[in-house]
Amino acid sequence: MKTKVALTGNEAVAQAMKQINPDVVAAYPITPQTEIVQIFSSFVANGEVDTEFVAVESEHSAMSAAIGAAAGGARAMTATSSQGLALMFEVVYIAASMRLPIVFPVVNRALSGPINIHCDHSDAMGLRDSGVIQIFSENAQEAYDNMIQAVRIAEHPDVRLPVMVNMDGFITSHAMDVLEVLDDETVKNFVGTYVPDDYLLDAQNPISMGNFDMYDFYFEHKRQQVEAMKAAKEIIKEVGREFAKISGREYGLIEAYKLDDADVAVVVLNSAAGTAKGVADELRTKGIKAGVLKPRVYRPFPQEEIREALKAVKAVAVMDRAETFSTCGGPMFADIRNTLYDLKNDIKVVNYIYGLGGRDLRLEHVQQVFEDLENIRKTGRVDETVKYLGLRE
Amino acid sequence: MTQYGPLNRNLGSGTRTKAVRSDMKWHELTRAGNIYEPGNANSYETGDWRSIRPVWNKERCINCLFCWRYCPDASVIAKDGKFEAFDYKHCKGCGICAKVCPVNAIDMVSEDEIEKVKEANKDEN
Ligand code: SF4
Ligand code: SF4
Repeated sequence: MKTKVALTGNEAVAQAMKQINPDVVAAYPITPQTEIVQIFSSFVANGEVDTEFVAVESEHSAMSAAIGAAAGGARAMTATSSQGLALMFEVVYIAASMRLPIVFPVVNRALSGPINIHCDHSDAMGLRDSGVIQIFSENAQEAYDNMIQAVRIAEHPDVRLPVMVNMDGFITSHAMDVLEVLDDETVKNFVGTYVPDDYLLDAQNPISMGNFDMYDFYFEHKRQQVEAMKAAKEIIKEVGREFAKISGREYGLIEAYKLDDADVAVVVLNSAAGTAKGVADELRTKGIKAGVLKPRVYRPFPQEEIREALKAVKAVAVMDRAETFSTCGGPMFADIRNTLYDLKNDIKVVNYIYGLGGRDLRLEHVQQVFEDLENIRKTGRVDETVKYLGLRE
Repeated sequence: MTQYGPLNRNLGSGTRTKAVRSDMKWHELTRAGNIYEPGNANSYETGDWRSIRPVWNKERCINCLFCWRYCPDASVIAKDGKFEAFDYKHCKGCGICAKVCPVNAIDMVSEDEIEKVKEANKDEN
C-alpha cells in the first residue's frame, strides 16, 4: 500500500528510518540535519521502534558508536551535516575499511569558514575518497527511497560498505514536498532481517576486527575495498530494480533526462537537477535539444553509464556545488572530463561552480549555462573552462 | 591473473584459515583483515623489535620468579617453579625483568654486542 503525504526531506528520512527500525542509532545534532534524529528520537521515546538510541557527545563519537554497534552485528545508523561530517572524517574511513554496513544520511551544508549553515556539497565531497558509497537525492521522495535501498546495498555480502545518503540542506531537508511512502510491512520485508556473517563477542566464533595492518597487508585490503565498490555498482542496480517492484519507482546509477538526442547537456547532483530539468523542458519548446544527466551515485563513480549517456552530446556543462581550489574546477568536473577523454570525439566540457554557501540557483542561471553551451556547440570554441554561476563579478 | 569469480565477490568472507601468509594475494586474504583465530599474538614474533636483550645469570638466580610475573609479554618461561629460559621470539627487550630482579641476575646486553660475539665465534670456527 502506498500513501501520498506531505513531508519535509528530514521528516521523510526520519520516516524511512522508523520503517527500517535499525538496532542502533548514535547521533549528535547539527543544522540542518538535527530534525532527522530529533524526530527519530521521538519514535524511540514513544516505543514506535526497537532502536537503541545513543546520544553521544560529538559526531566523531557518533560514527565511532555506530562502528562499535555494527562490528557487534547490529544494523547501525547515524546522521550528520557539514562540520559534523568533517569531525567524523577520521572514523568514516575506518567504517569503510572495516567493511561495516552503516547507513547515514548527510544533509549537505557548506563547510566553515566563513561560517554558514546553508547548502552546498563541500561536506560530502570531502569524503568522496573515504571508501563509502555516496548516493544523492533530488527531493524528499528520493531521499526516502534511497534510505530504504541503502540498507540493502550496504549489507549485501558482496558490498559490505557504509552508505552515505545525501540531500540538499534546507532546499530538500526543510521544504515541504509531496511524496509517496510505503507501508511499514512492505519496508520491513524489503529491508529484511540483517544477518551479519561476522560479529564481535561471539564466543563460539572468536574474531579480531580493525587489526593493525602494515606495509605487507594494508595495500591488499585497500584493493579489496575497490572490489567491493565495483560490486556495488551491480548491487545498486539490482536493488533499484527490486525496489521498483514495491514502489513503481526504479533507480539506477544515473538518471539520463532527455539525453537520447541532446546536443547540449548539464550534469548536476541533488536538487539542482530538478531546476535543470525544468529549464531543459522549456528550451526544448524553443527547439534547443537540451538534456540533463543526474548522477544518483557519485561513489562508486558510474563511469561507463555516464560515458554512454553523453557520447553523442556536443557540449557538456558540469555543475559543481563545491570548490576544490585546484584552480582547475570542481570535483565532479574532473571526474566527468576524465570519463569522456577516452571517447576521443572532442566533446567540449566546461565547468560551473554554483550555489556555494546556499546561494540560490535560479532558472536564469541554468538558462545561461545552456546558452553558453549552444554557443560553444556552434562556434566550437571555449573561452573560459571554469565559470562561477550567480557570483557577483 | 586473478582467479576470483565475478559472481562471488564476497572476498575473504569464507577464509577462516589460520595460515595467513605474506605471499597471499588480495583476494585470498580475509575481508578487512579480520582474524578468526584466538590467541593469535603468539604467531606475531615481536622479538625482532628488540635492541637490547635480557641475559640470565644462572649462578645468581634465586628462582623467585619476579621476572616471570612482571614480564608484560609472557616471555619468561618457568618450569617446575624455576626460571627456565627467555622466549627471544617474543621478548621485546623492555628490561622490566632486569629491573625487578632482586639479585641482579639479569643483564641487558645490546643486540649489536650479541651479533659481534656471534660473528667472532663464526670466524674462529
Ligand atoms: S627475578 Fe631474578 S632471581 Fe628471580 S627468577 Fe628472575 S632471574 Fe631469577
Ligand atoms: S626484557 Fe621485557 S619482554 Fe623481555 S623478558 Fe624481560 S620483561 Fe619480558
